[in-house]
Amino acid sequence: MSDLTKLTLKGAVDGLKAKDFTSAEITQAFLTKIEAANPTLNAYVEVTADKAMDMARASDARIATGEGGVLEGAPLGIKDLFCTEGVQTTAGSNMLRGFVPPYESTVTANLWRDGAVMLGKLNMDEFAMGSSNETSAFGPVKNPWKSTGSNADLTPGGSSGGSASAVAADLCLAATASDTGGSIRQPAAFTGTVGIKPTYGRASRFGMVAFASSLDQAGPITKTVEDAALLLQSMCSFDAKDSTSLDIPTPDWTQSVGKSVKGLRIGVPREYVVDGMPAEIQSLWDQGVAWLKDAGCEIVEISLPHTKYALPTYYIVAPAEASSNLARYDGMRFGHRADQFSSLDDLYATSRAEGFGKEVQRRLTIGAYVLSAGFYDAYYVRALKVRRRIAEDFDNVWGQVDAILTPSTPSAAFALGDKQIDPLTMYLNDVFTVTTNLAGLPGISVPAGVDSGGLPLGLQVIGKALDEATVFQVGAALERAAGFTAKPGQWW
Amino acid sequence: MTDTVPNSKTIKGRTGDWEIVMGLEIHAQVASKAKLFSGAAVGFGAGPNEQVSLVDAGFPGMLPTLNKHCVEQAVKTGLGLRAQINKRSQFDRKNYFYPDLPTGYQISQLYYPIVGEGVVEVEAEDGSFFNVGIERLHLEQDAGKLIHDLSPTESYVDLNRAGTALMEIVSRPDLRTPDEAVAYVKKIRTILIYLGTCDGDMEKGNLRADVNVSVCRAGNYDKFKQTGDFGYLGTRCEIKNVNSFRFISQAIQYEARRQIEILEDGGSITQETRLYDPTAGETRSMRSKEEAQDYRYFPDPDLLPLDLEEAWIAEIKASLPELPDDKRKRLMADYGLSQYDAIVLISEQAKADYFEAAAKGRDAKLVANWVTNEVSARLAADGKDFSENPLPAAHVAQLVELIETNVISSKIAKEVFDHVWNGEGSPAEVVEKHGLKQVTDTGAIEKAVDEIIAANPDKAAAVAEKPQALGWFVGQVMKATGGKANPAAVNDILKAKLGL
Repeated sequence: MSDLTKLTLKGAVDGLKAKDFTSAEITQAFLTKIEAANPTLNAYVEVTADKAMDMARASDARIATGEGGVLEGAPLGIKDLFCTEGVQTTAGSNMLRGFVPPYESTVTANLWRDGAVMLGKLNMDEFAMGSSNETSAFGPVKNPWKSTGSNADLTPGGSSGGSASAVAADLCLAATASDTGGSIRQPAAFTGTVGIKPTYGRASRFGMVAFASSLDQAGPITKTVEDAALLLQSMCSFDAKDSTSLDIPTPDWTQSVGKSVKGLRIGVPREYVVDGMPAEIQSLWDQGVAWLKDAGCEIVEISLPHTKYALPTYYIVAPAEASSNLARYDGMRFGHRADQFSSLDDLYATSRAEGFGKEVQRRLTIGAYVLSAGFYDAYYVRALKVRRRIAEDFDNVWGQVDAILTPSTPSAAFALGDKQIDPLTMYLNDVFTVTTNLAGLPGISVPAGVDSGGLPLGLQVIGKALDEATVFQVGAALERAAGFTAKPGQWW
Repeated sequence: MTDTVPNSKTIKGRTGDWEIVMGLEIHAQVASKAKLFSGAAVGFGAGPNEQVSLVDAGFPGMLPTLNKHCVEQAVKTGLGLRAQINKRSQFDRKNYFYPDLPTGYQISQLYYPIVGEGVVEVEAEDGSFFNVGIERLHLEQDAGKLIHDLSPTESYVDLNRAGTALMEIVSRPDLRTPDEAVAYVKKIRTILIYLGTCDGDMEKGNLRADVNVSVCRAGNYDKFKQTGDFGYLGTRCEIKNVNSFRFISQAIQYEARRQIEILEDGGSITQETRLYDPTAGETRSMRSKEEAQDYRYFPDPDLLPLDLEEAWIAEIKASLPELPDDKRKRLMADYGLSQYDAIVLISEQAKADYFEAAAKGRDAKLVANWVTNEVSARLAADGKDFSENPLPAAHVAQLVELIETNVISSKIAKEVFDHVWNGEGSPAEVVEKHGLKQVTDTGAIEKAVDEIIAANPDKAAAVAEKPQALGWFVGQVMKATGGKANPAAVNDILKAKLGL
């Protein structure tokens, strides 16, 4: 039997349905591989081997009787941001170490409904705050990729670094992830995988540990665009338990994959040419434009004039919401509680100082500051106004274009430890991705090439609200044109 | 020490006259089976933490979803207060740490409340009316409760109340005396009970008030009213969570005296939050403005702005019950009642309903007297209100009918009522059973009159000189007939026989 772990999600689901192999077999194959790789890559914070095998056998029983959902028997990795009933959920934080939720997130419940198997919980930046996975209380995840001629450990990106690393290293067929400012698309770009953040409101936030409520969206990291479509449509649903969930049907996006892009108008925003952007990124972008032109797209130069304000806006809005969302971690009902304290205030301060890492503390401090009396109007209110302008920028171009093409990240994966010293440099990672979170739009990152060191680079396709179909259509066209087949060498 | 009189708008101080100015924030628990954002049950008397959902307890990934019934109740209340209903409102987070607040923020409505300005007409004790402006009504969550007396070293948290829906009704600084403040709260309470949007139970804390009190020099309030310049008013102190009419009055009187004394001694008032201690009869500082927390309000990103459809508001408006003011006016117009009687009757919805049920086709004034006097007194003695009234309204109607048709006298009616109240049957049955029918047979009355005149010749002689003495004869005749003689007939016969 060939290595089942190298299958795509679609390939595995088809193989399972055809009874070419069993879910127990493919699940065991992944568990074996995880056991070998995880001590090095650190992608999983918890491997739920027994649960995985139980779920696999149950899937096999359903497949045997001709039943089963669209993901029946497919082993997946779950970002540790999604609450999983009876399985520790930490959000990468010491604050939640040992926290076992008595409930299931809607997104994961949808996956189990469709027959998926859970391999375990994936490492991530603490509370999804980070772009390198280095803020995790469980240690950084390593990127399976290495730059040619260098043995330096690279970041898989963040915050969904565990998800991206696990998919790239074949430690799961596909993974759930979440994206607040680029946390799906940047790790996907850094690891040669596909990642999509859907329109805000498509995926329920119920049971997903909150970072910034108005920006957080769940999405998949997968090996192919088709897999992303398949997994995303299972994850999405209207959910009455999330007031921001959209009460609309979820389309069959796999139908968009492979559809001709001829005649589509693709916008290229001039403001996404940023200072100090490596030539390799520019040429990848040019290449993407050429591919789509060849495929029959009309290329339109567009302007999104408020793009330069997106990062500062994001770093006001996201910390502000986080400072309030994370107030519930107070050592009272669950999570870390200080042993020693002298007063109620001291109990709060000490529990939170011990439970939260430095980056989380930094963002909570920024958030409390921008919301405080006397600064609220200057920062938060103004940021909301700029956020509206950024959304209007997109609204203004949808008459001229059907989708927008940009690079996913301003660079390839960097070495672990490289940017830790300067949070501002780290924040620049989100420069191309953060606008879609602010505007609530769908965006996909597709592997499109490699840099001089052989590291993967991604292109991003941004679509209209609710128009994931076009995003998948264009993403798949890029995937076909790029023919990206490189895999990391197995050094672990 | 200066004196405050509950109903005087000026207070004499050592250095001149002062005025009190008050604005109230009434917190009314929304009558609802479920909480504002969680669907957990609301109820009194459940064991600790038995009515808590994961949303209320602030678990990771839990999200609020708005209870539409609570919104309807708030809209209904807004309409009842004749206030502006805001078609778009928004929920904001008020951030602070406290163990009774699991999420670390209270969801409230700071920037865009569901209900805007309105006016409430309030009856003063003397029967006059005054208007109190409503600034806003907003929806918010209640917090849980800390319990400190179960252990010497630990405090416990009961989250049953956490997340329960409250309406905060904020008045303008339109209240001028402790009596006005109390009358205003009573009026709001009556309106809420009429609407069914709050049970008004102050003992259970379902209705409580924060009272903002300031004092200024006599005359400055008028200047404030003319200019809208708050500079004419004094610095205010907020007395938190006062939960009885008596305490509201007491707290205001104490607080006004305290502030005047400080000012007359040359001091200044510090804006602060205070607590009323009913045992000591004084207010005490909780925290000053400087110590006040920065609540870092911002729109709750978990909730969309609340948009109300015009048609839905119209539907709610059409379903409103008759409100106290309308009922008062109608009772006066339809039944010819005095304003006083009408006000007494409408103070309790069930009382007004009871009156109307009994008054059909009867002497309304007489029915009102029986309802507001005898029936009310008996219920009060039993600690009941009209909604628990065991006496059918038809009995009162029949009793009045018996009086109107001269079957019984008003005096005998009281006796009949006693028997009826004791459950001996309808008034007609009681009259029959106890033989209480009025004697209108002039022969029987004449006989009694003759006997009494014969037995008291001296008095009979004297009565010509002193006609007031007639009353003594009336009394004797009534006594002789067991009180059943028709008083008018007795009078006529006596006058004739005595030559008056």
